[in-house]
Amino acid sequence: MSQHLSLIACHECDLLYKIDCSSRQGIAKCQRCGAVLVRHERHKLEQTLALTITGLMLFIVANAFPILSMRFEEQITETILFTGVKRLYDQGMWPLAILVFLTSIAFPFLRLMALLYVFLPIKFNRTPWKMAVIFRLVYSFRPWSMIEVFMLGILVSIVKLTAIAAIIPGLALWSFAVLIFVLAATATSLDPDLVWDRLDKQA
Amino acid sequence: MNKRNLTAAEMSLLNCHNCGLLSKKMDHVRVLLRCPRCGTQLHRRKPRSIPQTWALLVAAYMMYIPANLLPIMTTTHLGHVQSDTIISGVIYLLVSGSWPLALIIFIASVFVPVLKLFILTYLVLSVQLKSQWRPVDRTRLYRITETIGRWSMVDIYVVTLMVALVNIEGLADVEAGPGAIAFGAVVILTMFAAMVFDPRLIWDNIRHTHE
Ligand SMILES: [Zn+2]
Ligand SMILES: [Zn+2]
Repeated sequence: MSQHLSLIACHECDLLYKIDCSSRQGIAKCQRCGAVLVRHERHKLEQTLALTITGLMLFIVANAFPILSMRFEEQITETILFTGVKRLYDQGMWPLAILVFLTSIAFPFLRLMALLYVFLPIKFNRTPWKMAVIFRLVYSFRPWSMIEVFMLGILVSIVKLTAIAAIIPGLALWSFAVLIFVLAATATSLDPDLVWDRLDKQA
Repeated sequence: MNKRNLTAAEMSLLNCHNCGLLSKKMDHVRVLLRCPRCGTQLHRRKPRSIPQTWALLVAAYMMYIPANLLPIMTTTHLGHVQSDTIISGVIYLLVSGSWPLALIIFIASVFVPVLKLFILTYLVLSVQLKSQWRPVDRTRLYRITETIGRWSMVDIYVVTLMVALVNIEGLADVEAGPGAIAFGAVVILTMFAAMVFDPRLIWDNIRHTHE
């Protein structure tokens, strides 16, 4: 039915390129439309794993501790990430509650778990069950995992609220800030060929 | 580049959108092909890209109206009730002196959604009209809509945090308004629209002069 070829096609304009498998280093861009064709980095498996585990730990801190506390006329209110989701739900705004829950909690978490699920077994030379499907989720979840947008939302809220009350940043706020950099580093260190080569070997 | 490379479609090859493996397309075989390496369904182009993009865009345009007319947030402060739409929120920030904040919210909540709707509408039309105009720039425009779309969620998160924090019995209270749901729908619909649009369609129309 199908046949393997040492060619790749640009995913944005469909132009074909021959790839040189021996020099797998650096970034190759499409000459016609400028899309990134391949991004190869060597020996990044350990780095990806370390970053993923760091990311998961930061994620737990970001969820367990308060993001912000507000002192308003001798009363203190604290909010963790989930408080907003729950309050929106209580107000009958469940579509919004679901949207915020998915984009700020569920997708970032599932994305990190999927990375761990795929790369930890590869490290020990094993192939996890349904690897290709799970790895696909890493890419599908990426646009929907909006930690950095949420961070901007926190900063805007702080400035808005300091006009009327005293705002105290919580531990989760700092974890969020670091988590953004860790997630960005994870995305750059990620080498999809580790996954596809593994599937090739199996076949 | 004097002589252009061929495209995968011209060579009857299918590019796996998941792992990038190319497979030979058999014209006489009518079954759905799956990538031999990762099992993803293979398509020459994203299936029904144009009608799907249109459907999502029309839905987004329709949601854009309530998103701007209905309040996204209602604040109760010592018995005084104030409802804010996206625009009135921006104006309030501007008047109260925090113009950098007003600018951020304006860009994320007003400028980006409109820009994204217009760019995607233009791209779909340009494909349908078989436009020859600047395919590189049009691909670039597509890439921009993919990257900036999610930043529109800022206002939704601000509302969420306000709702979570400003919740003091008898003193102050913030409630999310229906405009926020409509606005969230606009963001999601345009993100899906960008996902189902296939930028390779732009290039399929380009007549080659160098061959
Ligand atoms: Zn290209
Ligand atoms: Zn594949």
